[in-house]
Amino acid sequence: MKKLLLASAVSLGAIMASGSAAYADCAIQNNIELSSLSAGFEAWKSVTDAMAECGNFTAELDQEFRTKQPAAFAADPSLYQIGGVANGTITPLLNEGTIRPLDDLVAAYGQDLSPNQLIRVDGQIMAIAMMVNTQHLMYRHDILDDLGLDVPTTWEEVIITAEAIREADVVQYPLGGTMKAGWNLAQDFNNMFLGYGGSFVNDDGTPNVNTDAGVNALEMMARLTEFMDPEYLVSDSTYVQQQFQQGTIAMANLWASRAAAMDNADESQVVGLVNTAAAPTATPGGAPATTLWWDGVVIAANITDEEAEAAFQVALEGMDAEMVAEHSDDAIWLIPGYEPNRFAEGAIATATASPAPQSYPSSTEMGLMHTALGNQLPAFFTGELSAEETLEAVEAEYLTAAEEAGVL
Amino acid sequence: MKFRTFAAFVGPSIFLMLLFIAAPLVSVFTQSFYLSQPVVESVEVETCTPGFLTQTCTTEVRTQPILDENGRIVRETRFVGLQSYRNVLEPERAWAAISSFDISGLLAIDFWKALRFTLTFTLITLPLVLGVGLAIALAVNNAAKSVRGPVIFVSLLPFIITPVIGALSIRWLFVGDGILTRLMEYYSGTDIAMFAQGWTIEILMLFYRVWHVAPFAFVIFYAGLQTVNTDTVEAAIIDGASRWQRLWYIIVPHLMPLIVFVALIHLMDAYRVFEEIVGFSSQAHVISLQWLTYDFLQPDDSGNRAVSRASASAMLTMIGIVVLLIPLLRKTWRDHRGTR
Repeated sequence: MKKLLLASAVSLGAIMASGSAAYADCAIQNNIELSSLSAGFEAWKSVTDAMAECGNFTAELDQEFRTKQPAAFAADPSLYQIGGVANGTITPLLNEGTIRPLDDLVAAYGQDLSPNQLIRVDGQIMAIAMMVNTQHLMYRHDILDDLGLDVPTTWEEVIITAEAIREADVVQYPLGGTMKAGWNLAQDFNNMFLGYGGSFVNDDGTPNVNTDAGVNALEMMARLTEFMDPEYLVSDSTYVQQQFQQGTIAMANLWASRAAAMDNADESQVVGLVNTAAAPTATPGGAPATTLWWDGVVIAANITDEEAEAAFQVALEGMDAEMVAEHSDDAIWLIPGYEPNRFAEGAIATATASPAPQSYPSSTEMGLMHTALGNQLPAFFTGELSAEETLEAVEAEYLTAAEEAGVL
Repeated sequence: MKFRTFAAFVGPSIFLMLLFIAAPLVSVFTQSFYLSQPVVESVEVETCTPGFLTQTCTTEVRTQPILDENGRIVRETRFVGLQSYRNVLEPERAWAAISSFDISGLLAIDFWKALRFTLTFTLITLPLVLGVGLAIALAVNNAAKSVRGPVIFVSLLPFIITPVIGALSIRWLFVGDGILTRLMEYYSGTDIAMFAQGWTIEILMLFYRVWHVAPFAFVIFYAGLQTVNTDTVEAAIIDGASRWQRLWYIIVPHLMPLIVFVALIHLMDAYRVFEEIVGFSSQAHVISLQWLTYDFLQPDDSGNRAVSRASASAMLTMIGIVVLLIPLLRKTWRDHRGTR
């Protein structure tokens, strides 16, 4: 019944799943034309498929959603009623006031939601979270067992373990890393920087990355790259996932949402061999060097109340216990009824660690900082600039951008 | 031709050019001197986000734009003169690097890094495209009639492929353990990583662009070869001119207007190099001016776009193209006047 259209063959491709007319498995029957725009990973596919069972619903799953969403929701009426966001991408929607508070709708229909799912900003419920995501350690337990190695808990231990794996020469590269220039590389730095106790901006909005924490983070990352595929500056999450699946790497700090792919027998040669553990800490006794993310649903502001009501009900149908029971391997669900599997261990250990890692600090300043880091950090890894010079360039670009954006 | 007929034919085209080229250009030009920013306020906000079992709530000072009564962001626009150009060019930092002969310091600035690559890319591919295009044209022209059709078809194929798709396919052949990297590793016996350093990526980009554009030069030159005066060529043969002499003294001068034409088109296209950067995801090592403009316009996760810097960078790119084209345009103009 479902028609999959490959909207674009480019790697930035969008996949649209057109709504089916089947009303099975949905408690309500939806009569209002609804559509959603969200990221394109497996969990969103499961959720939007479940929403489509209510009828009159079209889902657009697009990895470039972060670029499209602010403009699409600013239109009046909004081009989509339902949006899929993460803690990083909700900021422009909040800033522009294009999503509506959900308190009334939660009171009317949200009796099955757990309080943990309600994202509150300034006292108002602005989004309903469905899953948590984090970058944590994934490792080949067969290799570590064979070599008699413990699962590393700090990055120093990761280096010792990687050294031992390289000596044993059992895989091509001991480590993988999501260090593609741009967003990915900046995010890797963010994890390590927070792990070393850094904070990105001062209270007055001036940058604060050219510090010991910044230099330590860059130097640790540089030491790690010695154990990686030399093409690490083009390696994104999908590339690292494939390296695992093809058995070319033994360890990586990778997104929890990628774990299920390791047991996908169609793609993976390492079914059952990859385990997850808490993200390593940068300093002994510190918080895991990573950030916590959530993904969830928002409802557009520029639509009628009837549409919002229908959209909210359909969204809840997509995030119900039935869907979780069917797709429990796709994500670390926050939805009641979720039974964690083997892959969830790492994410849960990360989120419940003490001290716990921060949530990704989403703000206008952080958006500017993330871009500046993504643009300037490659110069350090290609050897053009030293760590201090690189961080100086990051701060300079941040200052220019912040002045231009009006926050300084 | 009567003026009215002339105007009727040319009018629609001029109208569209004004609407879609001149007007946006004027708009970009103006925007590069203005800065439009949201009016922001700092407010203390409590945000609650899920942990795995319980929520964590944090109170922090957030910078957020002020909304007017219609729910739109209040923006203010002011004239900033050349500030955006300064932000792109970073003249002080660039001058400090130049005066201390610190090339790597200069190339650490995005604009100059992009300019360096864009110029190298344009100036290296230009002679290669002309040379390879002419070589294919001569080869096809001298091939037996029966094979010409298929040879022309095969030579044109790279030109038909969508640029981004072509770049991506070359990337996939070489990235990681792509089949061609494997092949090179097999023959050389060493571990090769084509995407680990800038110069190998640049070579792949140059190769890709020449492979993609040479067919265009070939088609033009091949058409030109059909109009070479056979009497002159035969006379040259009788005079004992070698193949090289015939090529250099008869065919190349005959094709010269076409060579200038292809060079003009190629300079304009190559200076706007963009698909290669995206296709090869080379931004860690090399970026181009066009990519820089795109990067300024790309919103970050918080929805910020650097429109003013993007406008300035776009204007600088256009100025660059005009500067590159001046020698060729002057030559065409002189030839044009000479034939009158």
